[in-house]
Amino acid sequence: MVKGTNDRFFNSIVYVLLAIVAVSCLFPILYVVSVSLTPYSELIKNGGFQVIPQKLTFDAYRSLLIERTLPKSMGVSVVITILGTALSLLLTLLGAYPLSRKNLPGRTPILLFIVFTMLFSGGLIPTYLVVKDLGLTNTIWAMIVPNALATFNMLIMKTFFESLPEELFESARIDGAREFRILWKIAIPLSIPSLMTIGLFYMVAQWNTFFSAIIYITNRELHPLQVVVRNMLTMSQSTEMAAEAIMPTMTLQMAAVVIASLPIILVYPFIQKHLTKGMMIGAIKG
Amino acid sequence: MILKKPKGIDIMQRGLEQSMNAIRPPKTRLLYKMWQHKVFYLMLLPCLVWYIIFKYVPMYGVVIAFKDYNLVEGVLKSPWADPWYTHFKYFFNSPYFSQLLTNTLLISLYKLIFGIVPPIILAILFFECRIVWVKRWVQTISYMPHFLSYVIIYGIAIALLSESSGLFNRWIVEGGGQAIPFLNSESWFRSVLVTTDIWKDMGWGAIIYLATMSGIDPTLYEASRVDGASRLRCIWHITLPGIRNVFILLLILRLGGILDAGFDQIFIFYNVRVLPVADIIDTWVYRTGVEQINFSLATAVGLFKSVIGFGLVLGSNQLAKRWGGGGIW
Repeated sequence: MVKGTNDRFFNSIVYVLLAIVAVSCLFPILYVVSVSLTPYSELIKNGGFQVIPQKLTFDAYRSLLIERTLPKSMGVSVVITILGTALSLLLTLLGAYPLSRKNLPGRTPILLFIVFTMLFSGGLIPTYLVVKDLGLTNTIWAMIVPNALATFNMLIMKTFFESLPEELFESARIDGAREFRILWKIAIPLSIPSLMTIGLFYMVAQWNTFFSAIIYITNRELHPLQVVVRNMLTMSQSTEMAAEAIMPTMTLQMAAVVIASLPIILVYPFIQKHLTKGMMIGAIKG
Repeated sequence: MILKKPKGIDIMQRGLEQSMNAIRPPKTRLLYKMWQHKVFYLMLLPCLVWYIIFKYVPMYGVVIAFKDYNLVEGVLKSPWADPWYTHFKYFFNSPYFSQLLTNTLLISLYKLIFGIVPPIILAILFFECRIVWVKRWVQTISYMPHFLSYVIIYGIAIALLSESSGLFNRWIVEGGGQAIPFLNSESWFRSVLVTTDIWKDMGWGAIIYLATMSGIDPTLYEASRVDGASRLRCIWHITLPGIRNVFILLLILRLGGILDAGFDQIFIFYNVRVLPVADIIDTWVYRTGVEQINFSLATAVGLFKSVIGFGLVLGSNQLAKRWGGGGIW
């Protein structure tokens, strides 16, 4: 194809706009990081935060990690993320695999039973009462079990299993493999990209748990990281009168924000190449 | 290696099954088939139990909207409200009703109107980008905000927008202007909600459009290029019509969820000063139910929202079937 000046002009506009998008996505995050690293002396000298500080300090992180509250809530977050992701994946697989068998008697009514919950819900308070009556409130399970299954993720997984060639399962059955073995040895290894994607969704959701904690947990010892960070953020918003007092507070707050987002930012690059692939499986069917 | 079943066995097996089916009455045939699949039901069991406990029992629990719930007697034994619509009547007559509905609909509509175009533009940019590594990098970067929680995004918003020490306000003050309380003023709050929402999900929303675009027949582009069409014209006459159905489908589906204005985000962002413009049905239900322990009233309002939402989703799916080239079911 002939490349005219017009075409080159068009291309450069595309690249400029893409660069703007990239910067507007990255800049806020980088700014937060740089605020969290700015030493107090630097602040006084410049009369405020610089986009790129001249000197760096990890004081804010140190003082956050020395105190008891934040490390404790990090522990809670790590535990609910690991347990929650494992439980979610297990339930999703055990639901998606049988439902992907097209000759399963009663498949359609069971699917209707499940999909209906996406359309209508009892609402916040009845769910709260169920969790309370089960005695889950003020335990870590309240942050794991009520949200363990995401119907949408299960349907994605089901669609993926359906796309695997039936002959594979047939031949395994003829060789004498039981269904659990087929699921473990054939279906799961073949669906690693989708599993990674769905696992990432669950993991992120668990790490970002905020609401279940606010609703079901009154014991401060069990508050996950997000709740603690949000409390830190709102505390100084109300005392924003004293401008001098807030400067170091802001450093602390941003350090907490960075800590709360770190696992996601660290895991994300490794898993993102599977991401679109996994997304598309669900999108094929719409 | 994939082992192929020999054809002969297949035919024999089918013949056997057919002759078995012929001698077995239809009802036992179903039971027999179910018995053959018992392992699958066993696998499904934990899932189904979960759905019953955490989805269907709460659906039954909405009866307390028609009762005067008290903690001692529980869901089943609490007395019925007299008349049964007491809590609904109270809500419809209260001053909250119009305020909550207005806020919910406005915030939702703003998000819909301003949020629906940026992902499309971004997808077109990705689609037109001819350097693979640039495309891949920008994609990776733009998907990332989707995975950050609203608590973190609120932190970012404070860093940039806070009245006393936010970066933008520092720039405004240095430029000789007056600092703007973005996060605490009624006139700015909704704009902040919409902007942060777009920032979070723009890249993520582009994925589905990009996938649709890559499904467009490339010969269309080649032919129109040969005929002398510019790239812009190609976008207008090929790309945009190509994503039309997906666009309409997504638009209609979002209309179906119009009562969900974003509970998480608003709950984390709002404070007393912006309550008149920020309070939505969900946040009110939370405060009334969980904080003030007025379970029946909160459930009634939640039920009102669920029922309207259910109707909207069904209606919008019908619309999608008519105009969007097929609904979701």
